[in-house]
Amino acid sequence: MTTETNEKVQKVVFDALESFGVESAGISLEASLESLDIDSLDMAELSQIADEEFGVALKSDDVKSIKTVGDAIDLIAGRI
Amino acid sequence: MLEVVVTGVGAVTPLGVGARTLHERWTAGESGIADGEAPCSAFDPLDTLSRKEARRADRFSQLAVAASDEAMREAGWGAGEHPYDATRVGCIMGTGIGGLSTLEQNHEELRTRGAGMVSPLSVPLMMGNAAPALLALRHGARGPCWGVVSACAAGANAIGAAARLIQHGDADAVITGGAEAALTPLSRASFEALGAVSKAGVSRPFDARRDGFIMGEGAGVLVLEEGNAARARGAEILAVVRGYGATCDAHHMTAPDPAGDGAARAILAALADAGIQPGELDYVNAHGTSTPLNDRSETLALKLALGDAAYDLPVSSTKSAIGHLLGAAGAVEAIATILALRGRVAPPTLGWAEPEEGLDLDYVPGVARPLAVTGDGPLLGLSNSFGFGGHNAALVLEVA
Repeated sequence: MTTETNEKVQKVVFDALESFGVESAGISLEASLESLDIDSLDMAELSQIADEEFGVALKSDDVKSIKTVGDAIDLIAGRI
Repeated sequence: MLEVVVTGVGAVTPLGVGARTLHERWTAGESGIADGEAPCSAFDPLDTLSRKEARRADRFSQLAVAASDEAMREAGWGAGEHPYDATRVGCIMGTGIGGLSTLEQNHEELRTRGAGMVSPLSVPLMMGNAAPALLALRHGARGPCWGVVSACAAGANAIGAAARLIQHGDADAVITGGAEAALTPLSRASFEALGAVSKAGVSRPFDARRDGFIMGEGAGVLVLEEGNAARARGAEILAVVRGYGATCDAHHMTAPDPAGDGAARAILAALADAGIQPGELDYVNAHGTSTPLNDRSETLALKLALGDAAYDLPVSSTKSAIGHLLGAAGAVEAIATILALRGRVAPPTLGWAEPEEGLDLDYVPGVARPLAVTGDGPLLGLSNSFGFGGHNAALVLEVA
């Protein structure tokens, strides 16, 4: 995975979180999904976006392993 | 039988945000109808909901949330807190259709972009029980909770079902009412295909020239509590739900029984439930849709149920000012009835000018009128709601 890919995924994930209603100031790689009030419905939407943007399918086990925003970005970027 | 009282009301209607706004503007003869439709133009969901909450709710639920917050504030219930055991607080909300705009948007995604692009939020937003579920979540109501679906009688059926929960001891308090946001392309086309919508773009219930209803949207929410419990906590009692009656015409899927039999039976059942005679009523808030069929059969139903008393009562239609709020109508109109009784006023049926043979009740044309109050006793009002499917619901409401 390239830095370019990572940056692209990061932008898509950050934008997605903001579109879900998370304040942009709170979004960082280290922020936990729980602290951002991201729940299973948000993750279902994020999975759909990952599929549409990058052709990456996130399974429910994948979603369970994601604790932080950075985890989500790494997982998606690692599968591109 | 336990007593059911109303301690808070809230509404979002085409006349604005707020139950009192509805009452004051309607009583002043103002209309929320523009260009043949009645949207809630003054409503901004972000005044009440966070961005996240707003995108997690179809417009009909957003309207319900705003109305519920107003009702809860008036009842004196704090944010997320209430004076009862949460498991004894219910939430029953009516709707005619549910999250129709969500359905239409996602169907468009399905058609144009494929199944993979249908939002995971579509089911929780469009389901007909979304509003009661969301209100229960927001207000921490963990008792009985479900949606009522009976077309344009849904709001009144919800209030009736909520009152029964309290009367039977299944809940100490219930957040109830109705919500609808069906000003969508599919809904417009469907109602127009039925010939139900006014081609003239005018709501004039009981007038000889009436040619259909005006589509509106909105929500009305009431906080109902068991009377002794409400008084014990020092709540202000706005009204008492004295009687409820519900029937079905079993006549036709859309047309009312032309003789008004089903509607009359609902009214009689509500009067019997309240233990009152027709002559004790002070005001009737009619269903009054402005369709040729409803206004004639409703007039007949009132005569059947109330006898000679029907001719002495002011009968007015809220729909003359805000159009038809479908599944929200019964709840908004119950609130309008309560506020009319509290204001000792019969708000007007706007647009009424030409009488029709047989439609000869006192429809309070054009201008509000003080209610003719005799003595110091409480005032009693009847609110009618009827829906496609032959559903009839009537509420008797008392104001001290």
